[in-house]
Amino acid sequence: MLGKLTLSSIPYDVPILVGTFIGVAVIGIAVLAAITYFRKWGYLWREWLTTVDHKKLGVMYIVLAIVMLLRGFADAFMMRTQLALSYAGNPGYLPPHHYDQVFSAHGTIMIFFMAMAFMTGLFNFVIPLQIGARDVAFPFLNSVSFYMTLVGAVLINVSLFIGEFSNVGWLGYPPISELQFNPGVGVDYYIWAVQISGVGTLLTGVNFFTTIVKMRAPGMKWMQMPVFTWTSFYAIVMILLTFPVLTVTIALLSLDRYLGMHFFTNDGGGSVMLYLNLIWSWGHPEVYILILPAFGVFSEIAATFSGKPLFGYKTMVYASGVITLLGCLVWVHHFFTMGAGADVNTFFGIMTMFIAVPTGVKIFNWLFTMYKGRVRFEGPMNWIVGFMITFSIGGMTGVMMAMPAADWVLHNSLFLVAHFHNVIIGGVFFGYIAGMNYWFPKVFGYKLRDSWGKWAFRCWFVGFYLSFIPLYIVGLEGMTRRLNHYDNPNWHPWLLVACVGVFVLAVGVACQVGQLICAIIDAVHQKRDALDATGDNWGSGRTLEWSIPSPVPHYNFARLPTVRGLDTFHIEKELGRPTPVESLKPIHMPKYSVLGPVIGVFTFLFGFAMVWHIWWMAIIGLLGVFAAMVIRSADLDIDFYVPVEEVRADEEAFAKRISAAQAAE
Amino acid sequence: MKRLWRLFPALPALMLSGCTVDLLQPDGPIGEGNRDMMVLEFAIMMCVVVPTCIATLFFAWKYRASNTKAEYRPNWSHSNAVEVFIWGMPIAIIAVLSGFNYWSTHYYDPYRSLPKDMLVREHAENTKPLTIEVVAIDWKWLFIYPEQGIATINELDVPTKTPLNLHITSDSVMTSFFIPQLGSQIYSMAGMETQLHLLARNPGVLRGEAAQYSGPGFSDMKFKTIALPQEQFQSWVENVRNGSSQFASHEPLNLQTYPKYAKPPVVRESVAPTPSPVIYFGEAQSDLFQHIIAKYNNGMVRSINNGKIMRMDMHAASNGAASSSDTGM
Ligand code: HEM
Ligand SMILES: [Cu+2]
Ligand SMILES: [Cu+2]
Repeated sequence: MLGKLTLSSIPYDVPILVGTFIGVAVIGIAVLAAITYFRKWGYLWREWLTTVDHKKLGVMYIVLAIVMLLRGFADAFMMRTQLALSYAGNPGYLPPHHYDQVFSAHGTIMIFFMAMAFMTGLFNFVIPLQIGARDVAFPFLNSVSFYMTLVGAVLINVSLFIGEFSNVGWLGYPPISELQFNPGVGVDYYIWAVQISGVGTLLTGVNFFTTIVKMRAPGMKWMQMPVFTWTSFYAIVMILLTFPVLTVTIALLSLDRYLGMHFFTNDGGGSVMLYLNLIWSWGHPEVYILILPAFGVFSEIAATFSGKPLFGYKTMVYASGVITLLGCLVWVHHFFTMGAGADVNTFFGIMTMFIAVPTGVKIFNWLFTMYKGRVRFEGPMNWIVGFMITFSIGGMTGVMMAMPAADWVLHNSLFLVAHFHNVIIGGVFFGYIAGMNYWFPKVFGYKLRDSWGKWAFRCWFVGFYLSFIPLYIVGLEGMTRRLNHYDNPNWHPWLLVACVGVFVLAVGVACQVGQLICAIIDAVHQKRDALDATGDNWGSGRTLEWSIPSPVPHYNFARLPTVRGLDTFHIEKELGRPTPVESLKPIHMPKYSVLGPVIGVFTFLFGFAMVWHIWWMAIIGLLGVFAAMVIRSADLDIDFYVPVEEVRADEEAFAKRISAAQAAE
Repeated sequence: MKRLWRLFPALPALMLSGCTVDLLQPDGPIGEGNRDMMVLEFAIMMCVVVPTCIATLFFAWKYRASNTKAEYRPNWSHSNAVEVFIWGMPIAIIAVLSGFNYWSTHYYDPYRSLPKDMLVREHAENTKPLTIEVVAIDWKWLFIYPEQGIATINELDVPTKTPLNLHITSDSVMTSFFIPQLGSQIYSMAGMETQLHLLARNPGVLRGEAAQYSGPGFSDMKFKTIALPQEQFQSWVENVRNGSSQFASHEPLNLQTYPKYAKPPVVRESVAPTPSPVIYFGEAQSDLFQHIIAKYNNGMVRSINNGKIMRMDMHAASNGAASSSDTGM
């Protein structure tokens, strides 16, 4: 009846998990109770959960990303403390059975549910506003994509309390991920969490590709798109190119596990080398998918806070294009040690090195954007300076490993772990956090408190170096990754330093949480001085999103903007805003739909049932999703018109606020 | 002077910890090659990274908003000179590095027998290479010395100044064979044979490890690598053969006894599996390695003699060479 699921699948005998469960349950109940107490269920359901508004979906993605950051960070914290303890005979507090799940969950969560969710959140909120669109191409699909991501995240967290998670790392290398070596449900949780969220990402890709290609404001040529939209566009192209590969690879692994096939098994003609090639021909582009939008964020911020246009816009666009192209041609650098011929290794090594060229060019672009500018060090700008330094170092160690002769010793070492955190924290994470600080006032109409943000930055910057420079060193001392305990006296002091680093990072995370709590307090108190009047919150915005009120009305643009060049809004500010000639018209908008969450629930049932081999439930899940799709297709009542009166009232209020602000100056 | 130069790259790390930094203080020409490439790249890249970081901080400071004396050009966003520089300089650097990349990938290719000139430099040009077959098992390493007819578990003894030809496979999941101070690692994969060529220069005890995660016993999947001068190595071989060592096994290693040793230890959730002890086998079936590979390929294996695919007779008597029912593949 319940497949492999029995009472003994629940790890009630593991104190750490029981403690975590109680903690999560207490927080969960508190949140639910608060929602009930303030009678917000209806609001939550009507305004958020059923929404198809890209801005709200963007916010929900980022909330998900932040929750997942806390989970992923907790895993990182456990790993660092474990390795500080588990020296010379001391087993530490996490036996391999748990530790291996922890690093696998950390990697999977951080990539798929923290970084990817954060990125998609930024796409959602920013891209339509930057290109002057009122929504994305397929608003309902957008809601489905969100629920796919959410279901993946929920599955991975359910595995904490029901059953177990994968213990084979974030890429699930076979043959150890095959049934023969891994009969438990851990790998199945991994498979379905990644598979379902991967489908969500692919749909997001389709959606935003169409949006950018078809829905740019009248007059916006390709070479007039804001840089964030450009770099995101490249990332989206890579999503379309490579996520199908991920889907197929994971599907083949599931065929091995569920139907006893032999794609990647040791025997029966399976080949682990095939899996490595497939997974990395998605996996390497994946890291560029993550970093390109971050590059876009930095470009926007550098220009805004230097009071200058981005240096070398064209260069930036072309460099991103080169990165996209080369990014798909380097995957073999993840297994130079598999025994490929020297010519193959050389080709991929040199390709990898050449990616450093467009990347380096970008760093110089930001540098020359600051040059002869008036650089204001408000919240988002700090992260850029931190990024440029940290990322340069990470890029350098990356080029070191692009040389096969060097990678043969650095591969799989903690040097590698330090390298990719160097670029992923210094680049991706700093970028997304900067982006959140930068666009937050656009979303909510007031700024995040700067002092908390500054402290968060300081702790992340210092904490990063404290935690990861030691890893470079132990890597050079021959320490491999994923070790659970060790007895080499040379490594111990460095791992202690790294552990201190993770405490500093914890303070940084706490500051970020504090910043968000303060934001909620500010929202409740309607804090006056931080409230925005003009929509141009930083005073020097250049792109279209700053030309509309903050928070943005649900229809985004009362009149679709006419684009006159790069940085339209900046030009308008210089020349004076043109008085609109066009009269307001009713605006055509999509209706919210309950089917998004419904599809989410059935997808969850399906995923959970597949993990536990509960076939009847899997069938119900599939049928439910299918039925929802049929209902949606047959539903003709999916849109409405925003009346002119409403738009006009908003516009007049906005105009009044602007002139009041101008008078105050 | 040359000596000093050798130490130079290790200097910063030495100052930091005062103990061995395996990858910077290798004990063989391959490891040295790995290190030299690493250090070379580091040095070249630092020439760009350091100025970039300094310029970042300097520009951020100089053009801070409060410094109203600094020049402000609110519309300056293009300069051909700067563009040429920022594309040209990285391309030049990467072009140089690519040259080194091509050369070192070919020269140090793990599959290639150690190049002649390297052997001359190591005074090993006349030494007969030693073949060792390596099998990764859960969670221990089996080393078969086919020419000596002996085998060991979790201890690899090698003669110094002798080219080592390693043939590597796995009888379980994939992992990676790695002795940091000797250099380059290579994956071990079931049903396949990978190759690695190394050389140990000085006598000593080096750490060997599994570098690719392979399950709960992974952290203890280590082995001691003992490099011995040629004569001592010979007497060690004698010792193993006549079973006089404390690690000696009372039985030979062959197809019948192998499964017992290859069985993984019991895994419990609350503790790490116990590491495997060192074992010496005075007698080891010479084609055991081929049998282990053939297990995963319907009994097919690549012949060591002529490189052709042929069938291993799984029931052959212990020392029988692979029957040569050549499939012509
Ligand atoms: C918050 C600070 C972070 C710390 C202290 C941290 C720490 C760690 C540690 C200790 C490991 C395991 C190293 C080992 O194998 O021995 C690890 C692995 C990993 N981390 Fe992080 N990490 C952090 C943030 C991130 C972020 C932001 C990402 C990605 C967006 C990330 C992605 C990964 C991945 C993919 C792995 C590899 C997991 C595997 O081995 O399969 N980490 N991290
Ligand atoms: Cu890569
Ligand atoms: Cu292979």
